Amino acid sequence: MTLQVEHELHERRKGRNYGLGLILLSFIAIIFGLTVVKVLQLGDAAQFEKFDHVVRPQLIPQESASE
Amino acid sequence: MSDISASDRTYEAGMGDYFALLKPRVMSLVVFTALVGLLAAPVPVHPFIGFVAILCIAVGAGASGALNMWWDADIDARMKRTAGRPIPSGRVEPGEALGIGLALSGFATVLLALATNFLAAFLLAFTIFFYAVIYSMWLKRATPQNIVIGGAAGAFPPMIGWAVATGGVSIESVLMFALIFMWTPPHFWALALFVKSDYGNAGVPMLTETHGRDATRKHVLVYTLFLVPVAIWLGFTSIGGPFYMAVAVIMNAWFLKGAYDIWRRDDAACEADRHKVEIKVFKVSLYYLFAHFGALLVEAVLRLYGIGGWS
Repeated sequence: MTLQVEHELHERRKGRNYGLGLILLSFIAIIFGLTVVKVLQLGDAAQFEKFDHVVRPQLIPQESASE
Repeated sequence: MSDISASDRTYEAGMGDYFALLKPRVMSLVVFTALVGLLAAPVPVHPFIGFVAILCIAVGAGASGALNMWWDADIDARMKRTAGRPIPSGRVEPGEALGIGLALSGFATVLLALATNFLAAFLLAFTIFFYAVIYSMWLKRATPQNIVIGGAAGAFPPMIGWAVATGGVSIESVLMFALIFMWTPPHFWALALFVKSDYGNAGVPMLTETHGRDATRKHVLVYTLFLVPVAIWLGFTSIGGPFYMAVAVIMNAWFLKGAYDIWRRDDAACEADRHKVEIKVFKVSLYYLFAHFGALLVEAVLRLYGIGGWS
């Protein structure tokens, strides 16, 4: 019995595996696209940065920055 | 030793076999009516979100088709028209169809909720439940009115499309639902009158076999009479307009005339001209639905240029 790296099952199921791969890639693209659209629909994307845990000088209101 | 395999199946199901589980032809009608429901709504939807919503509705409808094929595999195997479907022909295992149906139902519903709103997702989930459980598991084998109540499952898509855009239900979306709901029985029974079916062998009660062909002819006319006011009423709502009304009047007169012609006939006349009238009315019923939803789409486009509707 020779050691086969490529099992015949791989060949038989090639179309199916490629199909599933394509579906998964499309799913990723859809989730990514939805994320982009949803974030852009927030209007001011900078609002999103306020949820960060790092101090962002650009988010400090202008009045307090000039004092 | 190298020939040992866990299964003696020689055929390996491909993507096409799994896709066939989703009933692509039914899916195309679902996509069209849901798209019209979405575009006719007064609230604009971002194109990408609209695309994802329609995809979810289509996949949800396909999932319910897979669940239907899983449950009805025994019936399908006994009827010529359906014997070639993936499960009865042995290309796909019943368990695979169940798994695909459940998984796609879950994905489609959750993604629709995240992409749009909970009402649209709830309506999609209810549609899947209605088709797979209420229609397939319960009504189909229990009553010759199966096609009437089961038609509701096919009538939900424009309502879901409307809910995607507006987040609600309104008279317009209810009337779009009612249009498909009332259209399904005369459409299907016109087909049943000229197709030699083997539903009886499969144990599925069909009106033509339980109550006879004369009763079926009467049903076609009565349901068409109920359909007409729904189609006309839709023309007076915010999504209707002169163009839709013109199409509706012509198509309803045409369909009503066909239903009347069917009602006047008997079996001898049908045999004499090989169901010429029934075949014609069935074709008219297809044009009927396409024309109504197409006209709603035209009205939506005209409104973009400020010339649609009654104002």
